[in-house]
Amino acid sequence: MMKRWQYGKRILLLLTAFSLLLLSACGREDLSVMNPQGPVAQGQLDLMKLAITIMVVVLLVVFAISAYVLVKFRRKKGQTEVPEQVEGNFKLEVIWTVIPLILVIVLAVPTVSQLSALGKDYTKDKNALQVRVTAHQYWWEFSYPDLGVTTAQDLIIPTNKTISFVLDSQDVIHSFWVPSLSGKIDTNFAGDDDTKGTTNKFHFSAPNEGVYRGKCAELCGPSHAFMEFKVKSVSPEEFENWVASMKAPAVLPEDEQLAEKFRSACLTCHAVGDQGTPVGPNLTGIGSREAVASMLLNEREGQAGASVEDNMKQWLHDPQEVKPGNKMPNPSDLGLTAEEIDAIAEYLASYKLEYETNSAD
Amino acid sequence: MDWITTVDHKKIAILYLMAGALFFGIGGIEAILIRIQLMEPYNQIVSTQIFNELITMHGTTMIFLGVMPIIFAFMNAILPLQIGARDVAFPFLNALGFWTFLFGGILLNLSWLMGGAPDAGWTSYVPLASTAYSDTHGVDFYTIGLQIAGLGTLIGGINFLATIITMRAPGMSFMRMPMFAWTTFITSAMILFAFPAITVGLVLLTFDRILGANFFSIEGGGNPVLWQHIFWIFGHPEVYILILPAFGIISEVIPTFSRKRLFGYSSMVFATILIAFLGFMVWAHHMFTTGLGTIANALFSISTMLIAVPTGIKIFNWLFTMWGGQIRFTTANLYAIGFLPTFVMGGVTGVMLASAPADFQFHDTYFVVAHFHYVIVGGLVLGIFAGLTYWWPKMFGRLLNETLGKITFWFFIIGFHLTFFVQHFLGLLGMQRRVATYAPDQGLDELNYISTIGALLMGVGVILFLINVVITFRKPADAPNDPWEDGRTLEWSIPSPPPEHNFTQIPLVRGLDAWWKEKMAGNTKMTPAEPLGPIHMPSATPLPFLMSVGIFIAGLGFMFSNDEFGNGFMNFLFNNYIVVIIGLLITFGSMAARSLFDDHGWHIDPEELEDKGAKI
Repeated sequence: MMKRWQYGKRILLLLTAFSLLLLSACGREDLSVMNPQGPVAQGQLDLMKLAITIMVVVLLVVFAISAYVLVKFRRKKGQTEVPEQVEGNFKLEVIWTVIPLILVIVLAVPTVSQLSALGKDYTKDKNALQVRVTAHQYWWEFSYPDLGVTTAQDLIIPTNKTISFVLDSQDVIHSFWVPSLSGKIDTNFAGDDDTKGTTNKFHFSAPNEGVYRGKCAELCGPSHAFMEFKVKSVSPEEFENWVASMKAPAVLPEDEQLAEKFRSACLTCHAVGDQGTPVGPNLTGIGSREAVASMLLNEREGQAGASVEDNMKQWLHDPQEVKPGNKMPNPSDLGLTAEEIDAIAEYLASYKLEYETNSAD
Repeated sequence: MDWITTVDHKKIAILYLMAGALFFGIGGIEAILIRIQLMEPYNQIVSTQIFNELITMHGTTMIFLGVMPIIFAFMNAILPLQIGARDVAFPFLNALGFWTFLFGGILLNLSWLMGGAPDAGWTSYVPLASTAYSDTHGVDFYTIGLQIAGLGTLIGGINFLATIITMRAPGMSFMRMPMFAWTTFITSAMILFAFPAITVGLVLLTFDRILGANFFSIEGGGNPVLWQHIFWIFGHPEVYILILPAFGIISEVIPTFSRKRLFGYSSMVFATILIAFLGFMVWAHHMFTTGLGTIANALFSISTMLIAVPTGIKIFNWLFTMWGGQIRFTTANLYAIGFLPTFVMGGVTGVMLASAPADFQFHDTYFVVAHFHYVIVGGLVLGIFAGLTYWWPKMFGRLLNETLGKITFWFFIIGFHLTFFVQHFLGLLGMQRRVATYAPDQGLDELNYISTIGALLMGVGVILFLINVVITFRKPADAPNDPWEDGRTLEWSIPSPPPEHNFTQIPLVRGLDAWWKEKMAGNTKMTPAEPLGPIHMPSATPLPFLMSVGIFIAGLGFMFSNDEFGNGFMNFLFNNYIVVIIGLLITFGSMAARSLFDDHGWHIDPEELEDKGAKI
């Protein structure tokens, strides 16, 4: 009897270990919850592992009892006597009330302790990098109030530093989610002066350099599926280079005529460097971003996609086709000819920021 | 005509069943379209706008118009029989409940034909559901259609409460009530407390959209998070309103086909009450990522996890009901047995979701989609299929084909697990929910493909069930009183289908599982609790139908009251609320007719009973 129990215990351990291994081995590094790249996501995965372990045990017990009952107590041919009508069993019923209660407590304690760690407020912390996230249909604005820099779609962060976020939305509810770095948090509309609605606070850090995919997780309209962004964590020196190059004067098209067109058609909503109007996404250095309009991936090492230029042209020739329901007017409706659109696309594609020290391009 | 004027609970049950089947079919087609769109990355079967309408209508239809009426069909068909009553407490209201439900559902689905379905998700979160971001009439159809349909549910719930409290047969104390009657009772109580919340919410949203109010608009001093609280304080209990009757069905099917009484009956009752109570305490676990703060998240985390305890009690009680019994693998029992592990899988992921820090990762991903489909399809729909197969002979006098039933079961359950098991992993791999498409090569492609194949298999299962129904109806209605031979509760003591008056003489209940007890004592019929005498019956009436038509017209009129039709006459009719007034006149006129003209009903005389040859 004892031996059989030990045998069962070993199988149980093996099964649990196997399922956990299976789970943690799957998924892309830049995307999967199961493959965390930072302490916050790691903590959340640990909690999930604990929960999965408990639940797998529960499932195995239920499955085992079911299988036993179904095999053992099926009605046999010629069986006519009435089985004993059992009213219940007080002891058994108490057991399956108390055991789940214990399991719940086992899960509740780390839940609460993690919750209070995640709720820690870093917005006044001098050592943390302060970032303001503003969600729009269907793009993300990232500004660094202490550094005086604003960008869109690619969130550049230094490694090994706590990033403290304050998040809100300019229209509907969106949800900010970088699976491999941390869980998600909603962005609520906070009113024009920021005081009426609810802003949310949030933090994570990324120990390793890399690009992580971020998503909008709350239904926000027709292009909800296309509202992605990237988090790029770079070394502290590279981060400083990036901030400096963002603050450098804007580079406008060399052709004076094209520059004038760009000013009158694009800069009424967009900003580059110190010029333009910050209504739409900031375009400074857009050529060195990971993607155009979040879903048209730019080709580079380890990432399939089209060239920045082609993506930019595709977007500018028909923004509604790429992201239905977005607020950008079609450039051709603004009086730009196809040639001018191509020229602006080429200009934007070549507008790159050189901040990566070991960068290939 | 007979069907429009009926007030008989058994006929209303069949109406509910047909309406439910219709909407279930529509919701199912929407589901298949969703899965086909997601079969491959960057599919363009439907536009992103249509996709959002599909997911919204799939969720809304399935929850409010698909499973809800089927549950009501069971309650109507079976509950009065189980407690030894001749009808529900208010037969007129029962009919009214059905017709308002049906017209609400029709109104909601008209949106497909009248310029755009609702597109803000079945939860209809503001500001996305406000006129600023959803400018078709879609969300108006949602608010007004659900309001009218919800009226029917609330009427039905109150009716069942009154029926169970006042109309139990002599000897049937609460602790002798069958489990399905108990879950109907608790469900009705939950409806009584939960539906007013959504009623208020829908009124506020309607006012925001049609009359320009500011309940949920920040600029006007409102708050969009308020909608989430109102919605979920209804929405979470709603999940239990759906699943508790399924628990009740399983608690009837398993003992019958194990030839044993339900293990731990009193703890089952206790667990049901506890689940209902906790169901109202946990709404904010849908809102962990809204930014409620650490304390609120911690409290709602723990209270949510606690639901695992009563649910666990139920699961083990069912398992131990089978222990030591003689299990027969009929189709109905296959569904019930399939329910057990499937529902447990949905339950354990529920506990995982309850842990707020982990939920920051799970929330709004396919993990959640997998979880609630395990609960609602794997739990509720399997329960419904079990109930349909189990009570079909009682409702229609014919047994469904067992072989075809078993084939249906296997298609459905294999398809189900294929569809939804992989979705847990899709969520963990980074696929958020409600996305119309996804980029290729993110590790999501194969699993989505598998999921769609599973959905198609489930579709085949449902079609097989319909074929079974058609085949069955071509046979004569010759099912015996107690076709499963081991029936335990009162409904099996009377003919299938039951005569119009159910019980010629109200039975005397002498214990739990009254019919089983009489059979074990060697009796072939229940001991009557009253002498044979004339039976009072309510009259058929078209008034409930007319009242609902009136509300339907008024709803449509209100919705279009601000529209410009480009036609002077139409503008005049709608913009001056004339259509609303006509609709309300029909409704209130019918109410006045109901109040002013007394209708005492009619009697069935004892001699007539003999003529009718009621099989006793």
